[in-house]
Amino acid sequence: MKSETRQEPLSTRMLRSDGAVSVLVVLLGFLVGTILVALVGRNPLNMYKAILQALSGFNIDNGKMNVRYIGETLNYSVPFILCGFSMAFAARAGLFNIGGEGQYIMGMTVATVIGLLGPSITGMHWILAIIGAMLIGAFWGGIVGILKAKYEVSEVVSTIMLNYVALYLSRIISLQLPGASTYRTGSFPETALLNNGFFKTITNNSMLNNGFFLMIIAVVVYWFIMEKTNLGFGLRATGFNKEAARCSGIPVVRSIAISMAIAGAFAGLAGGIVALGSFNYGRILSGMDNYGFNGIAVALVGNNTAIGTMLAGFLFGLLKNSQALMQGKQIPKEITFIIQGLIVVFIALRSAIAIYFAWRNKRQLQKEVLAK
Amino acid sequence: MIGITKTFPGVIANDNVTLEVAAQEVHALLGENGAGKSTLMSILFGAYNADSGTIRIHGKEVNIKDPNVATELGIGMVHQHFKLVHNYSVTENIVLGMEPKNRFGVLDIKSAEKRVAALSDMYGLRVNPSDLIENITVGAQQRVEILKTLYRNANIIIFDEPTAVLTPQEIDELIEIIRRLKAEGKTIVLITHKLKEIKAVADRCTVLRRGKYIGTVDVESVTEQHLAEMMVGRAVQFEIEKAPAKPGEVVFSIQNLSVADSQGHMKLKNCSIDVHRGEIVGIAGVDGNGQTELLYGLSGLAPVAEGKILLNGKDITNATIRERIELGLGHIPEDRQRHGLVSDFSISENSALKNYYLPPYSKKYGILDYAKMDEDAAQLIEQFDIRAGRGVKTSAGSLSGGNQQKAIVAREIHLSPHVLLVAQPTRGLDVGAIEYIRHRILAERDKGRAILLVSFELDEIMNLCDRIATISKGAIVGIFNQDEVTEREIGMMMAGSKRTGGEA
Repeated sequence: MKSETRQEPLSTRMLRSDGAVSVLVVLLGFLVGTILVALVGRNPLNMYKAILQALSGFNIDNGKMNVRYIGETLNYSVPFILCGFSMAFAARAGLFNIGGEGQYIMGMTVATVIGLLGPSITGMHWILAIIGAMLIGAFWGGIVGILKAKYEVSEVVSTIMLNYVALYLSRIISLQLPGASTYRTGSFPETALLNNGFFKTITNNSMLNNGFFLMIIAVVVYWFIMEKTNLGFGLRATGFNKEAARCSGIPVVRSIAISMAIAGAFAGLAGGIVALGSFNYGRILSGMDNYGFNGIAVALVGNNTAIGTMLAGFLFGLLKNSQALMQGKQIPKEITFIIQGLIVVFIALRSAIAIYFAWRNKRQLQKEVLAK
Repeated sequence: MIGITKTFPGVIANDNVTLEVAAQEVHALLGENGAGKSTLMSILFGAYNADSGTIRIHGKEVNIKDPNVATELGIGMVHQHFKLVHNYSVTENIVLGMEPKNRFGVLDIKSAEKRVAALSDMYGLRVNPSDLIENITVGAQQRVEILKTLYRNANIIIFDEPTAVLTPQEIDELIEIIRRLKAEGKTIVLITHKLKEIKAVADRCTVLRRGKYIGTVDVESVTEQHLAEMMVGRAVQFEIEKAPAKPGEVVFSIQNLSVADSQGHMKLKNCSIDVHRGEIVGIAGVDGNGQTELLYGLSGLAPVAEGKILLNGKDITNATIRERIELGLGHIPEDRQRHGLVSDFSISENSALKNYYLPPYSKKYGILDYAKMDEDAAQLIEQFDIRAGRGVKTSAGSLSGGNQQKAIVAREIHLSPHVLLVAQPTRGLDVGAIEYIRHRILAERDKGRAILLVSFELDEIMNLCDRIATISKGAIVGIFNQDEVTEREIGMMMAGSKRTGGEA
């Protein structure tokens, strides 16, 4: 092809890059969100003031700085990022994991159980609880993987159904725990909590905790497995072309089961971190937290890569943390959900852009031919 | 019908191509795969619209915007892949879309059947109007497609690669039918890349190469060699030169193998073949006679229902695909897009697709050595002359068909298997790539590998193989040494009749 050797203009190269498209899509989402805010008669500037404060801790109206907001934004981001990985990991192996929510709930439940009943040893207790959360998440995802791999049960259906099983199972278990009332269990011992004194000090008493470390480790692990190991190689091959992978001897059945289990472990970890890092008691869920579902959007925006998913998760955490600030500035907090929704819708632009390029190439050739 | 000019940019499938067909002639349209023959005909039939150029029929300019217009203008098309409803009768298929009604608005199949029978007699098509499609042969199904065009009063009939699915005997019959159609005043356009057929039946021939018009010649006045050169653009070597085989001991033994398709129908029955070191055994047969199931059973893509497979004396009947690969079974699959390559992976990753989990590509703790992969892939690209724009990082999906096939062949040969299953290795490739891949396969034979080759191209089988097994309806009809059997005899066996004196 002649056209490939020619240097393309910057705009074209940007549009061909998935990362740049994600940024474009996010900007578009904000643009439309801004217009909507203006349409309902509020000042869009206030929305950006709130977001700026959540991002940097700087309050532009009174010139004061409070780093606590940065800590909270990071803390809110952790479950979004981890649930994003849950979706993304399965997606790289060609699976659609809508079960992040159920895996998250199971992780939360087991972390609560171990937090309340486990051995109260400093430095060990919470680690044990987190490991338990990851294992149950892996189990919850692994069931789906095995059903899919062995019996060709659609993972979409089984994950959705298992989300409800998880929710009600969690209620049944949590209500049996010591000190359980309608909405909470008894208090966790200090050893079960993820509190990190250093983080608390530098972020002016935010909720930021050891979960942040775990999330950073998860980012590295995700990247490492996908890009550097032969396990990731086999999973990616399976995701791109299951038949060719099978024909090349890659154990596709095992790949699918393993990828769902690892995906579940990420969501389970998110559940464990939320359980032990938010309140000093266990929650009895009356509904879903939606981190698992938001993870789908996070992975979409992040294009299933380690860094992209992390950045997208930060964005979602940022928006969540800005909600309260927006309300204080007469901006309806629902605008953040609208922006998130718009971003997901605009992600479809990826295919629109592909169609545009096909059309443009055709035009180009047409011109060349007619010029002759 | 004089004067069709058109350009069809897009991927420049047709670049200012002119095709002039005289009334009542058989006009061949010759070109390699991807030369733009089918695109041009699809424009004529209204399936695509041309970007520029005009179509004139009997001197009158027409605008064929969809196939219905083409039908009204008397243009009919016999597609390569038949468009027939299998559980409908011949007549029902023919009238589909223009069902005759009596005055009460009820379907009147009887009068249609009469007309179909009359047309069938007139052109010697020998089709029973009330038979179900699923019960008649492929050749007869093709004749139904021809009837379909005649029923719609077509005067210009386009045949798209009509012989691809036929046995040699059926091809002869088709040629007779085409002559008859011409005698009855029809104009025929024959799309093909087979020179023999053109010599046999066509009056004139237009050659396309890479979307461009090369020329139109009188078939009488040119040789096959000349046509081939026009098609390819350079001198072509028809017959591949090969040293006689030096077969050694049996390394691959297929014993009474039966394999079912995905619906559970037993498509391969009781098949036995031994392949020796240093020989190529060919499986000749028309598509759909159990070849796919044979390959699936051997490679492990489908479970074996009955029988045994021995590789170097080791029973691999129930081995996993990976175990088979590790024991030295190579496979160049029939469907290279689906089974051969991961198109989103780079050439480098595809080259390591079967052994990425082993040293030297995998180091301790399963960590991959991408640098080593790239290094080896770069060597393969050079050795096998794979044309890739971005080197080892080129995604397999962006390669041309020939280069994709070269990449697969490179990977399989690099793995150095004892036994190589090769399916349709040259389908859809240009002549240069075909020559190259055939030479590579022969070189593997001469290295002492055992090769089992499945192909629907009888030429390829006759050219390349040392022994030839013919398969029909899932059973091996006969196995002969290449020099003991003629193409015609294989054709008879492909249609199912046994030759006496065979060893099977």
